[in-house]
Amino acid sequence: MDILIQFAYVVSGGLFIFGLKQLGSPATARRGNMVSAIAMLVAIVAALLDQGIVDFQWIVIGFVVGGAIGAGAARMVQMTSMPEMVALFNGFGGMASLLVGWASLAGATETFTLITIVLAILIGGLTFTGSLIAYGKLSETIGSGAVMFRGQQVVNSLIVLGILGSAVMFCIQPENPQWLYMVVGLSLVFGVMAVIPIGGADMPVVISLLNSYSGLAACAAGFAVNNNILIVAGSLVGASGIILTQIMCKAMNRSLSNVLFSGFGSGVQDTTEVEGEIKPIVVEDAFYILEAASSVAIIPGYGMAVAQAQHVVKELCELMEENGAEVNFGIHPVAGRMPGHMNVLLAEADVPYDQLLEMDDINPRMENVDVCIVIGANDVVNPAARENEGSPIYGMPVINVDQARTVFVLKRSMASGFAGIENPLFYKDNTRMLFGDAKESIGGLIREFS
Amino acid sequence: MIPAEVFLTFILMLSIFLGFELIHKVPATLHTPLMSGANAISGITVVGAISLAGTGQQDLANWLGAGAVALASINVVGGYMVTDRMLSMFKKKEG
Repeated sequence: MDILIQFAYVVSGGLFIFGLKQLGSPATARRGNMVSAIAMLVAIVAALLDQGIVDFQWIVIGFVVGGAIGAGAARMVQMTSMPEMVALFNGFGGMASLLVGWASLAGATETFTLITIVLAILIGGLTFTGSLIAYGKLSETIGSGAVMFRGQQVVNSLIVLGILGSAVMFCIQPENPQWLYMVVGLSLVFGVMAVIPIGGADMPVVISLLNSYSGLAACAAGFAVNNNILIVAGSLVGASGIILTQIMCKAMNRSLSNVLFSGFGSGVQDTTEVEGEIKPIVVEDAFYILEAASSVAIIPGYGMAVAQAQHVVKELCELMEENGAEVNFGIHPVAGRMPGHMNVLLAEADVPYDQLLEMDDINPRMENVDVCIVIGANDVVNPAARENEGSPIYGMPVINVDQARTVFVLKRSMASGFAGIENPLFYKDNTRMLFGDAKESIGGLIREFS
Repeated sequence: MIPAEVFLTFILMLSIFLGFELIHKVPATLHTPLMSGANAISGITVVGAISLAGTGQQDLANWLGAGAVALASINVVGGYMVTDRMLSMFKKKEG
């Protein structure tokens, strides 16, 4: 029987790999997710056949409670709230691994096993609280700004030392529960400390990294309970999270350590000097320009998610296409609060995915664009990143909207974006500011068209 | 006979490389579904939790295991469902 279970895990691992491969292309992604779910089912059934299980009561209760919460959340969540939901789920995964590590402590004597238990607890714990903080910041239940205080580095170093010390003591004296509690407590505290200094706009990096950790925690738990499938699936997730983290960091031209350890913009003085003046435009005038445009590019940012404007954007897009214009979307990799956030919102509004261009595809076309509409994006379209070495975001790849013939910037007010970086785009000759709520402004344009 | 630790570490190394190979070509448009799909997969911890929650003993390990089953099930069920919901919205331009 045991050998059958082990082979079922092999099958499950194969299906996970195949599912992830299919998840890599839009045409097969849905099937890939299905295959991965089947892999999970195979693994769970195999685990249930284990003859060491004598009582199914608590397993069933756990399944029912967890499954109901998960299903409810998955149905109700709005697409604009995906980042906080993924953050929360990451945290649950981390906590589950912590509990598995802790529970498998009974009877563990080998040092190797003890080390993996400590790792499962440590990574799981910091993933849990880190994700809760990320959730709080993303849902704005706590302030989304970076929290920095004097002596933060010192406090963090002490926590790390404390974790290392108690982890070593735990491996030496596993029978003394005090060290275990220390590791659990300190890793929970460390998760909080690690995420509070990171500001809202850096969330795509944090959320990818926590995603990776939740996988690595599962991996460590796999070592603790001696189970292959946990290791395989956990490390696949770990690798995927690390790749996304890398992509996000590259898109911001910052190193991972810079994102994690320095509150954004601190240290670099913004020396961007702006010339020219702001030229506001009203909806009617904007309409006349749009009506004459034959090529339009729309650049969405987090502001589009906040204003829930994706559906009206799609409507405007259709009207412009009926009017004979070619409309494309340009998506910056870190637009929004998680990787691919804008793509999901626009998909929800029925915008076909082949109309969404990545930054490197839209930039060469920008010179031929008549009107570029920037909706709630700021830093990702800031020309200072290209032109001004004194800007804190100098070197970050941006979408070159200023090269379009006319740029409309939809913005609530002239308040600066994150960290108060000046954006010379707003002062350029070909830029017109359309002030107001993005959803209402676009609604106004739609009324003019129809 | 190869010790289990070596065997498991070997598997770890291979799967990490495999993960990198599989995922580094995923287009940006699928990053969110990839992430929530990966999230669902990280619920694999449930497999480890099952045997711990089913010992029939009313001890701490059993309760911790049961808690882990519940938390990981949130991930598994919620993760796969929400990923499917998202992916069902991705459409190619007709024609």
